[in-house]
Amino acid sequence: MTFESPVPDDRLWKPNRKLSQWMEGVVKFIFAAFAFISVITTLGIVLTLIFETFDFFKEVSLWNFLTDTKWTPLFKSAKFGIWVLISATVLTSAIAIIVALPLGLLAAICLSEYATSRVRSLLKPALEILAGVPTVVYGYFALLFVTPLLQLLIPGLQGFNALSAGIVVGISIVPLIASLSEDAIYAVPRSLRDGAYALGATKRETIISVVLPAALSGIVASVILAVSRAIGETMIVALAAGQNPTLGLNPFVPVMTMTAFIVQVSLGDTPAGSLAYRTIFVVGMTLFVITLALNIFSFWFVRRFREKYE
Amino acid sequence: MISDFSDPAQLTNTAVLKAENVNVYYGSNLAVRDVSLDIPRNKVVAFIGPSGCGKSTILRCFNRMNDLIPGARVDGTITFHDRNLYSKALDPVEIRRRIGMVFQKPNPFPKSIYENIAFGARINGYQGDMDELVESSLRKAAIWEEVKDKLKESGLALSGGQQQRLCIARAIAISPEVILMDEPCSALDPISTLRVEELIHELKQQYTIVIVTHNMQQASRVSDLTAFYNAEATEKGNKIGYLVEYDNTQSIFHNPQQQATQDYVSGRFG
Repeated sequence: MTFESPVPDDRLWKPNRKLSQWMEGVVKFIFAAFAFISVITTLGIVLTLIFETFDFFKEVSLWNFLTDTKWTPLFKSAKFGIWVLISATVLTSAIAIIVALPLGLLAAICLSEYATSRVRSLLKPALEILAGVPTVVYGYFALLFVTPLLQLLIPGLQGFNALSAGIVVGISIVPLIASLSEDAIYAVPRSLRDGAYALGATKRETIISVVLPAALSGIVASVILAVSRAIGETMIVALAAGQNPTLGLNPFVPVMTMTAFIVQVSLGDTPAGSLAYRTIFVVGMTLFVITLALNIFSFWFVRRFREKYE
Repeated sequence: MISDFSDPAQLTNTAVLKAENVNVYYGSNLAVRDVSLDIPRNKVVAFIGPSGCGKSTILRCFNRMNDLIPGARVDGTITFHDRNLYSKALDPVEIRRRIGMVFQKPNPFPKSIYENIAFGARINGYQGDMDELVESSLRKAAIWEEVKDKLKESGLALSGGQQQRLCIARAIAISPEVILMDEPCSALDPISTLRVEELIHELKQQYTIVIVTHNMQQASRVSDLTAFYNAEATEKGNKIGYLVEYDNTQSIFHNPQQQATQDYVSGRFG
C-alpha cells in the first residue's frame, strides 16, 4: 500500500480569500473607531475646558481667582474666589470619606474574611442595591430624612447644610470602597494567611498585621477613587448642601460646592459667551485638575506599593 | 542512632506527637484512613509517597491547619505530649505557637526581613530584646550573614532559597518544639535545597522535625525515620491515602517489609 501526497490544487488555496481579508480590515476599522470614541470625547472635553478657561482668564486675573474670598460671579461687582467653592467641595468630600472609609473597609473585611457564604449572599446584593440607587434619590434622602434627623441632635442646624449632604455622599460611595477593597483583600494569597496562622496568630492578628498591609495599595486606590467620586458628586450636594457660597469649613451652614455651582448656572438663563457662562468651564477645569491629580497620585501609589508575590 | 528505634516500645516512650487511627475527611470524602504513628523527640521524620496519598494532609493535622479548610474533619486521636490536640479545651492558636510550620512555597510576609521575624514573637508577647532574637533566629536558619546588612529591606526581595530560610527563621523565632515542613525544597534550586537540608540537620539538635518530601534522596539524606504512604482509588474515583510502612529510614530504603514500599523506593512507581 502506498500513500500519495495530496495533489497541489490551486482551488484549495483561495476559497473566500479576498472576502475574508476584506472583512478582517472592516472589523479592525470598526473596533478601532469605537476604541477611539472615548479618546476623542476626552480630548474634546479637555480642549473645550482649556479654551473657555483661557478666555475666562483674559478678563479675570489668575491672582484674583486664587486669592479672592468671595464667589459672586452673577453680581454687579463680580468676585471669583475659587477657594469658596473648593472649601465647600473639600468639606463635603471630607465628611463623605470620614463616613465611607470605616463603613466600606469594615464591610469589605467582614465580607472577605468573616462572612459565611450565606451572610455573603445577603450582604453583597444589599451593597449592590446601595450602589444602584440614583443620586437624586440620595439627594432627597439627605434633604428630607437625614437633615431633620440631624436637626433633632444639633439644634439650630440649617435646612441646607454640608454635614447632611456629606454623610449621604459618604453612604453613596460605601459600595465602591467596599467592593474594590474586598477585591484587594481577596487577592492577598492564601499562603500569607497560612503563614501567619502557622505562627500562632489569631484571625484578628492575621487580618490586621498581614492581610490589610498586603492589600494596602488596593485599598488606598479604592479610597482615592471614592474621593474622586465624592468630589464630582453633584445631585446630592446640589439638593442638600445649599446654594450659598461661603468660605470656610463649617459643616452646619449651607455651602455651595463646585458641582452645585455648575448646576445652578447651567439651569439659569446665562447667555452663552458671557463671563458668567465661562465660569462654568473654569470651575469644571478646576474639578478636572483636582480629580486628575488624585488619579495620578493613586496610579503612582499603587505602582510604588504594590507587592508582587510571584 | 538507627538501631535506637528498632524497638517499638522505645519509640513510644519518646513520642512528642502521636496519631492513633486518624481519618481525615474533606466534606463527605474520606481523604486519609486509619493512620497511626509516633513522632519521637529530636528526630527528623520524613513522609514520602505518591501525590494524593495524604502525607501533607496528615502533616497539617499536627498543628490543626486543616481547621482552616472549610469542610475538613479529623477523627481518631492525635496527642501532643499526651494531650489530645483536638479536644475542645485546646485553642488551635496555642497549638500552632508550639508546633511551627514551613510551607511548600516560601511565603514571607510583605514586610521587612526584620519584621518577618519579629511578627511572630510580638504576637506571642515576647518581652526580651527583639534585635537579639532576630539575629539569633536568622543565625540558626543560616541566613544571617546574607541579610545582616539589609534587615530593613522587604523579605520579598530575597531569592527563593533565602526566602525559605527566612521562613524557617520566622518559625524558629517563636521557639516551637516541633517544626512541620511541607515539601520545603520543592520550589528551590539544588544549591538552596542543599543548604536547607544542612539546616535541617542542625535544627534536629533542638527541634523535632516532620518533613513531607517528594524527593526520596532527600528523605534518605535528612531523616531518621520514614513513613511511606500510598493511595488507593475508590469506585467514585477519588483517592484515599493510607500509611503503608513506618520504620527507620535505613530499613525503609534498604530492607522494606512491604512490596509497595520496595516498589516505590526503588522507583518502580510513583
